[in-house]
Amino acid sequence: MPEVRLVNVTKTFGKGKIVAVDNVSFRVEDKEYFSLLGPSGCGKTTLLRIIAGLVEPDEGEIYIGGKLVNDVAPEDRGVGFVFQTFALFPHMDVWDNVTYGPLVKAWEEKDKKNIGREMLEMVKLFERLDAFPSELSGGMMQRVALARALAAGAKLLLLDEPLGQLDAKIRNELRYELRRFVTDLELTGIHVTHDQAEAMAISDRIAVMRKGRILQVGTPQELYMRPQHLFVAHFIGESNFLEGYVSKATGKESVIELRGGLLVRTLDKTHKRDDKVIVAVRPEVLTIEKGKKEGINTFFGEVERFRFEGTNTRCEIRLENGDSVIVVRPALMAEWLEVGEKVSVSFPVEKNFVFAYPEKGLKEELALE
Amino acid sequence: MAQSGIMRFLDSLSSKRGIRHIVYSFSVIFFFALILLPPILGIILKWNTMGQILEAPDLLSRAMDSIYASFAIAIFVSTIDILAGLPMAWFIARGKSRWLSVLDTLTDVPFIVPTVTLGYSFLLFWSEPQGISSLFGVDSLVSPGWLLIILLHFAFSYPAVVRVMVGALLDYKQEYEEAARTLGATPFTADRTVTLPILKHSLIAAFTLAFARSISETGATMMVAGTFQHGPIFIKTHLDQEGTLVFVSFILIAVSCLIYAAIRLLGPRLKMPVKRVWPTTEKRLSSSGVVTLRNSVTFLAFFLMVLIPTLFVALPAGRAIFSGTLNKALAGLYPWEGYWHSLTLSYLVGAVVTLLNVLLSLPMAILIARRRIGTVPSAILDILVNIPMIIPSTALGASLGIFWKENFAFAPEIWLLIFAHLSITYPYFVRSMSAAVERIPIELEEASRTLGARPFRVFKTVILPLTKYSLLAGAIMMFTRSVDETGATIAVVTELRTAPVLLVDWVNLLQQGKLTSLDMGLGCGFLVIFSFIILLILRFIARGRR
Repeated sequence: MPEVRLVNVTKTFGKGKIVAVDNVSFRVEDKEYFSLLGPSGCGKTTLLRIIAGLVEPDEGEIYIGGKLVNDVAPEDRGVGFVFQTFALFPHMDVWDNVTYGPLVKAWEEKDKKNIGREMLEMVKLFERLDAFPSELSGGMMQRVALARALAAGAKLLLLDEPLGQLDAKIRNELRYELRRFVTDLELTGIHVTHDQAEAMAISDRIAVMRKGRILQVGTPQELYMRPQHLFVAHFIGESNFLEGYVSKATGKESVIELRGGLLVRTLDKTHKRDDKVIVAVRPEVLTIEKGKKEGINTFFGEVERFRFEGTNTRCEIRLENGDSVIVVRPALMAEWLEVGEKVSVSFPVEKNFVFAYPEKGLKEELALE
Repeated sequence: MAQSGIMRFLDSLSSKRGIRHIVYSFSVIFFFALILLPPILGIILKWNTMGQILEAPDLLSRAMDSIYASFAIAIFVSTIDILAGLPMAWFIARGKSRWLSVLDTLTDVPFIVPTVTLGYSFLLFWSEPQGISSLFGVDSLVSPGWLLIILLHFAFSYPAVVRVMVGALLDYKQEYEEAARTLGATPFTADRTVTLPILKHSLIAAFTLAFARSISETGATMMVAGTFQHGPIFIKTHLDQEGTLVFVSFILIAVSCLIYAAIRLLGPRLKMPVKRVWPTTEKRLSSSGVVTLRNSVTFLAFFLMVLIPTLFVALPAGRAIFSGTLNKALAGLYPWEGYWHSLTLSYLVGAVVTLLNVLLSLPMAILIARRRIGTVPSAILDILVNIPMIIPSTALGASLGIFWKENFAFAPEIWLLIFAHLSITYPYFVRSMSAAVERIPIELEEASRTLGARPFRVFKTVILPLTKYSLLAGAIMMFTRSVDETGATIAVVTELRTAPVLLVDWVNLLQQGKLTSLDMGLGCGFLVIFSFIILLILRFIARGRR
């Protein structure tokens, strides 16, 4: 029932000087788990607060469950909101926090008790019902905040960096738990995060945001496999960016000439001869062989840095044309290399993305702020 | 070079533990010897004289009535100050209008206008034919007496409540309120069940401050009291009866301390009603119509009961400038012979007291903020330093007068004046500075020490730059409080006349027809002008802080 639709929503601050949300439109389906992903300050939290009614948009329409809610007060929108800092009321114990929604909505005492008990049991904190927020760990506070949002009876759950304040290990555990609650209770969830791994792990779909705009909406696989924007290729996963010109375009494939005359063959069909382009290659699709090898998309270079990172090894290689690429290999399968060692790197013709060279330059296009 | 030599010397001294102990000990001894114990000892010394009043039932009954009136007025005024000041603080802290800073400044006006001037202004506005009474065709809409005292105390305590609550609301994490809204609470319900309970400590602090200001005020109250007597006025009119003086001072001091202790101990345990909600009624109370009505009543109350009566004295002051009174004043003709001397004395005493207190109470502020002598002793010191602020200044002055005159009869009157003002202003600076030091993370001090700085350098390069605005604000607050002080001054001196005491005398002369209202207006006007200069400095400091 609570699908969410935003149409041309814009929000500015400081008399229009700061554009927090810039003409954003998207749709979140009923029972979908949708993430707004982007770097700090990209407008994702503002967008979430607009949906909750905590911030008024300058322009645009917000529909929840098919109803226009622009003029509906936050308390009447039927949303549950989990704040990054949890915002647990410090003067109330766990029980009073969780049953606050039923209290202000004047539910029957019996219903209030039932939902409070049910939610606290669900988040496994019923035995701590008389504890105050200051007596809880970060993970417990997060669970109480979630139970409180759910106990109010909302079918649309808005989560603003809900795991941002937790330790890495607990964050990893709780994100799956969070997703399970939303699925089990058949809720619609909109989750704001700057952590791409978190968004990829739990979302049905993700909207990648930058500077107030949505760059691409898609499933985690789509965003990783088929990024439609340089920034998305950079922000979702990791990429090597190689600058060059299209030297041959046949309509089926193209050849791109990099600095120093190195040639890259790609399946790109969208650019024409002499276009300035960027070739993006994931570090994990590159392979390394010792010594100088010949072949398609195979380049000779020298190891500049080699690091063991636990699960993976990371190798930085300076190519003969001066460009630098990073190669990431699973540690158990990687060959251990020495700095200064001569190697060849290669990647398949179909495992790369070609983007038009950005007007403002590559650095500006990839900047997080 | 010479300066750096002194600094180096102080720096090396500060790293010696013994020297640090001496500085802190001296600060504690100063507090007990000059601030806290003299008023207590003053009463103890004359304990046996209390028999005089206990044997005179009529006098005793009048004394008890006056004491009762003091506390009843203070509690009532503090309550209505909270009710009227809270919506104003809300509007200032949450509003979006660009005129808010003007409104914010205007709410400070009664705080900065000397209370004796305020008293005369209120008398003119409410009780004289040229005031609001003229609109109703009567000579005196509110005659001098208890109602006018309430109106006056309401006005000069109002800025204290607004200031504390604006600060609390600006510091308040609005996410709590937003969380309540998303859980289904209307704005009224969210404020009632979440915001106000979280701000409970600030509400208690605002109430205590308003209570302390009301219970302590004497000079302005004398002007508007008529024949009505509350505790401080009773003391003033019985200065020649030692037993009565000691009895009333003792009761006022003891009850004030008890009320303060009760607020400190029971306040945090006070439960606010958050377990019941009336959605329909509270939704109605959150509607824009009700909010507009609430804001309108708030503004009306502020302008009609606080601002206009406060500034009403400007009318005779303005007329005096064009009527030749100004020339008379500048020439020092009757009744102005003593005025300039009194004004100079007031500002001089204010400056000396400020300087002494800054130097001698700064270590005490650090001692309390950093809990240098342990948590419990520091907490006890924190409570004790507030005592001079919460007890009526007349009672404090009366017992101080007894102590110093009894034991140090050789001391010139100016010393007594300075000692009394030191006591009364001491808490203002220590409170302001200890709060400021407490806000500085201890890690900054530790980082500075690990980088090689000695304690004095840490103070000079870390604490001082980060607290300089609080230090200046605290110093200005002490200075204005000293210049403003009437009750204790009347109680300790007989010869010297500070400006507020002189103006109280002038009101008597005015009533006897020996003085014109233009003289009185201009006399107050000069005090106001100087006060506004101080207000501007305060605003300048506040802006620097942002």
